[in-house]
Amino acid sequence: MGRYVVRRLLQAIPVLLGTTFLIFALVYALPGDPIQALAGDRAVDPVFRATMREMFHLDDPLIVQYGYYVQGIFTGDFGMTFRGLPVSTIFEGKFQVTLNLALMALVIEAIVGIGLGLIAALRRGKAADTAILAFTLLLVSVPTLVSGFVLQLLLGVQLKTSTGIDFFPVAGTSEGWRSYLLPGLVLAGTSIAYLTRLTRTSLMETLRADYVRTAIAKGMPRRRVLGRHALRNSLIPLVTYLGADLGTLMSGAVITETIFNLNGIGRQLFDSVYLSENSVVVGIVTVLVLIFIAANLIVDLLYAVLDPRIRYE
Amino acid sequence: MSDTLTEQKPKSEKPPKQKKPASLWSDAWYDLRRSKVFIIAAVLIAILVVMSIIPGLFSSVNAFDSSTCDLSIARQGVSAAHPFGTDNLGCDTYSRVIYGARISIMVGVFSTLVTTLLGGLLGLLAGFYGRWTDTILSRLAEVFFAIPSTLGALLILAVVGRENAGIWTVVLALSVLAWPMVLRIMRAAVMSSKSQDYVIAARALGAGPGRIMGRHILPNALAPVIVVATMNMGVFIAAEAALSFLGVGIQSPDISWGLMIADARNRFLQAPEALLFPALFLSITVLAFVMLGDAVRDALDPKLR
Repeated sequence: MGRYVVRRLLQAIPVLLGTTFLIFALVYALPGDPIQALAGDRAVDPVFRATMREMFHLDDPLIVQYGYYVQGIFTGDFGMTFRGLPVSTIFEGKFQVTLNLALMALVIEAIVGIGLGLIAALRRGKAADTAILAFTLLLVSVPTLVSGFVLQLLLGVQLKTSTGIDFFPVAGTSEGWRSYLLPGLVLAGTSIAYLTRLTRTSLMETLRADYVRTAIAKGMPRRRVLGRHALRNSLIPLVTYLGADLGTLMSGAVITETIFNLNGIGRQLFDSVYLSENSVVVGIVTVLVLIFIAANLIVDLLYAVLDPRIRYE
Repeated sequence: MSDTLTEQKPKSEKPPKQKKPASLWSDAWYDLRRSKVFIIAAVLIAILVVMSIIPGLFSSVNAFDSSTCDLSIARQGVSAAHPFGTDNLGCDTYSRVIYGARISIMVGVFSTLVTTLLGGLLGLLAGFYGRWTDTILSRLAEVFFAIPSTLGALLILAVVGRENAGIWTVVLALSVLAWPMVLRIMRAAVMSSKSQDYVIAARALGAGPGRIMGRHILPNALAPVIVVATMNMGVFIAAEAALSFLGVGIQSPDISWGLMIADARNRFLQAPEALLFPALFLSITVLAFVMLGDAVRDALDPKLR
């Protein structure tokens, strides 16, 4: 177990370095002079140019520039935009919004996904099962882009104008946790479908296990068999899926935040792309990728803790 | 590993009337023809493909001809002349939705083609040769795999810049990050069929690596790759719409459903039709490919059912 953890951590290092380097190289190895871009069409003062190039290490080879960048990340310094703002100040407060959104999506996903999967598995082959499977197909097919606007219109606006119920704010974060309900639901969409299917398969598999049959045979009440024996054992893949999904949700929040005007990191990414602030774009993508990798790593480790049957060489 | 053979038995017991014994492919085709999901998906996709090749068949208005737009009738609702209403610039939404199919289908098809060929070839090499070839290719794939695809594509397209963005840059951006998944699946399939008796027999008879890979391993490792390729098509189409919506993908005057959604966004409450119809077509297209993927998976891999 201990050796597995160490090995898994060591394995993550080359991936981390490779991925961040890939992102870095992609943006910085491109032709064009960012200093010139600052000045537009005018000529740049050679002294200013030299100072700026020195400051941003632009004359060093790419790998050295990357070295400086990684060094900066470890101390929480994501560099400066070429306009002179530290990238990290742009991050302030925005990660919280994205994290709140992702957590809300995760909660909705867990309740709806596990609930539906449970019903489907217990009613295997019946109408409810078929309906739920068809519903998951629909969930996978409707892109966030579509479900976002449609739910905004239906639950946010139509519901309010037709019944007077004003429960789902359609934009901004001023309403506290309620602000995250609708965007959370939209963001969770596809994940709900996967979790439902995973719960169904996982539970169906456990329900076939010998110990479940034994429990039923010795006369244990169905509810207790389900709760104590079946559900608990089929929960392991679900918990790990949910854990890994947090990273996916955070990195997938760009569209949702744009539609619902949430001032999170995804929205910032969208704005920065528009303003061509590449250093901010690289910073955000790097952080999100780090979160994504870290979530997967933690889940891998969690898996080993939760399921002692799994033995790692 | 050996009990995979016995497990698959029950599925292959209803061979169609044919002289030669049913192969995996003819068996799968037999299953597919009887699957309702497959037929619905195939009909939808056939319509979409025709729509993307000859849009004039569905719409008498040429959406690329801006003289057909009339600003004085901008943002109108559904009417006889404009069945889907008109957009911000008074262009007919129906014809634009029809003409928008081409980009989606092209991005879906070409991204799938590129990722399948690239990932498939590298996966075949990694799985077959093993050792350092495998180590290098697998580590490389891991690095690309660690970047969430929409995010990575957004980054690539942001770097490429709006003035260079277009269908091919979108295909490239999506493919660069999606091939590792195909590599993984191909690699696993190749590795499991590499140690089968018929491969060892072929090797003993003196077949070269090219022949073993092409004649013996590839046909048997292809099924899971095809399943993933079909499923990916819907994902690519949705991703293209998202990227175009965010402003880094397809650029006007090209017509893409994602772009139409972005254009209609600010007037969404006053003129929802201009947003809802491209959204509907986008969802139906993705649904068709997801259904096709499901049907193909069920036919090629009965174990997963």
